[in-house]
Amino acid sequence: MEGGTEPAPAPGAGDVILSIERLSLAFGGVQALAGVDLTVRRGSIAAIIGPNGAGKTSLLNCIAGFYRPQHGRIVFEGRDVTRVPAARRPALGLARTFQNIALFEGMTVLDNIKLGAHAHLETGVFGALAYGAGARAEEEALRDEVEREIIDFLEIEHLRNRSVGSLSYGLQKRVELARALAMRPRLLLLDEPIAGMNEEETEDMARFILDIQEERGVTVVLIEHDMGVVMDLCDRVTVLSFGERIADGTPAEVQADPDVVTAYLGTARVG
Amino acid sequence: MLIGNFKETYADDEALFRTPASRAGLAVLLAAALVFPFVASDYLLYLADLVGIFAIAALGLNILTGYTGQISLGHAAFVGVGAYATAIAATRLGLPFWLSVPAGGLVACLAGAVVGLPSLRIKGLYLAIATLAAQVIFEWVFTNWTGVTGGIRGLNVEPAGLFGFAFDSDRRVYFLVFGLLALLAYGAANLFRTRVGRAFIAVRDRDISAELMGIDLFRTKIMAFMISSFYAGIAGGLWVYFARVVTPESFPLSLSIQFLAMIIVGGLGTIKGTLFGAVFVTLVPEGLRAVTQAATRLSPDAMSWLAPMKEIVFGAMIVGFLVFEPHGLAEIWSRVRRFFWLWPFPK
Ligand SMILES: Nc1ncnc2c1ncn2[C@@H]1O[C@H](COP(=O)(O)OP(=O)(O)OP(=O)(O)O)[C@@H](O)[C@H]1O
Ligand SMILES: [Mg+2]
Repeated sequence: MEGGTEPAPAPGAGDVILSIERLSLAFGGVQALAGVDLTVRRGSIAAIIGPNGAGKTSLLNCIAGFYRPQHGRIVFEGRDVTRVPAARRPALGLARTFQNIALFEGMTVLDNIKLGAHAHLETGVFGALAYGAGARAEEEALRDEVEREIIDFLEIEHLRNRSVGSLSYGLQKRVELARALAMRPRLLLLDEPIAGMNEEETEDMARFILDIQEERGVTVVLIEHDMGVVMDLCDRVTVLSFGERIADGTPAEVQADPDVVTAYLGTARVG
Repeated sequence: MLIGNFKETYADDEALFRTPASRAGLAVLLAAALVFPFVASDYLLYLADLVGIFAIAALGLNILTGYTGQISLGHAAFVGVGAYATAIAATRLGLPFWLSVPAGGLVACLAGAVVGLPSLRIKGLYLAIATLAAQVIFEWVFTNWTGVTGGIRGLNVEPAGLFGFAFDSDRRVYFLVFGLLALLAYGAANLFRTRVGRAFIAVRDRDISAELMGIDLFRTKIMAFMISSFYAGIAGGLWVYFARVVTPESFPLSLSIQFLAMIIVGGLGTIKGTLFGAVFVTLVPEGLRAVTQAATRLSPDAMSWLAPMKEIVFGAMIVGFLVFEPHGLAEIWSRVRRFFWLWPFPK
């Protein structure tokens, strides 16, 4: 957030939104996470970096509830969510995108985005079959919200009726971000949102992420390999290697850390 | 691509029939459906009733298999459960049809919930086998629970009646069947305008990310099974008042396969396609039969080799669809429509 006008702080800005304590996760003999700690402040952008296989995606999956850690605690907005089933977490204000795009291929862009709001909608099966006043009002309000706050914002007006399978990789990533925004998150988890994009798409995506944080006060945790992007976007960086946290600090501090340099020696992707 | 047709508001864009042309098409279709029973022959009305009843059942199967991705080989059994429940409600409890048919739907719906239970753990082929087991078990029950189902002799039912009016011919039953078909097709289309239907499709496309979007997989799958078998049960109830007798051999495995053929030929995951598919799969064998009969009159010994030809031609047509038009009749229909929409400048 260098330069420019100071953003209006979100309510409760600066307090801890997410705190992870001594989180451990093993798959058979593979220790994906070994006692990882992480603290994220509300309204910040935090990065998780590390070599391939370091456990970054595993950590995100634990926060999203997809993996069950064997030890440790995940506290979100003061509430211990470690054992909350994945399907309940969107309603709490958690949303994510996937490293390997996971859109619903049989649906249009618009329906994919609408699906993100699922946890916040109420129409039941009878309301749906009859499409009565309640269902109609809910769908129309949702359409309005999606158009105004997501489709316009992410500049995808021309795509809304396209099937997602026909979109380029970069655009699919953008639709994934759109769907995550429709989940109305207070904490947004992005797994390599920029990987595989060209320069222009990267700039767009970086701008969107900054806007999401500055204008909407959404806290962002992202995994990224491109150190330039991390330096530009993030307030704090956590470095994982073989499931352990080896460094944590501002981007500049982390880059100068000798442990980090060692961890990356001999790896192809320097992040 | 609807060139030159700018949607006024998002509300208009959320409508089922979005363009004046499609609304006009619907009006013409409804008018034709109303005129049909007054002009058609008895035989055509018999066929129309059959198509309508099968279409209701196929809508149910498409909700489960086409939209939610849960394959079922037991759909005919749910039609049977609905038929028996309706017949028992009508004969033993003396309920009028407007109670006995919904009762058939509800009993089938509960049976669907039970049969759907394994779907949380098993998918694809394994689920197909589980539903096949349900088909076999229900058929066995229909035949052997003689005290309730009347065994192989079945149950006879009086015609449906309303305010002294008896639905005692195919022509009259037509109004029941097509009234309910219209209502249930509208309900199915509505489903997929809301969160409930979107969740079904999400489970089909990618169940893991659906769960991470806040969708309860188990609830959603069971819900799909219940709605699907409710539709089957209503079809079964109508079957009772159409055939006026329920016997076990009316709901065989081959009927389950026919329902699958309808939704595949018509188009998986489309309402319109289901209707096309029900018409196609019911009428084409009938048409082929007429052709065989005509040929037999010309040369009596043609029968011996023409009869199997009928099955082969029908089978070949279904394979043809799978190979050349996997999206079914619904896709052919939209291509034709696009062509005329852009005419005289087709792409
Ligand atoms: N579902 C799983 N089953 C078994 N092992 C897994 C599973 N998920 C992750 N792992 C293992 O856990 C370790 C950490 O994987 P993870 O995907 O978290 O790494 P990552 O830091 O995201 O790597 P990348 O940069 O390649 O995305 C790896 O050794 C991986 O093989
Ligand atoms: Mg990863």
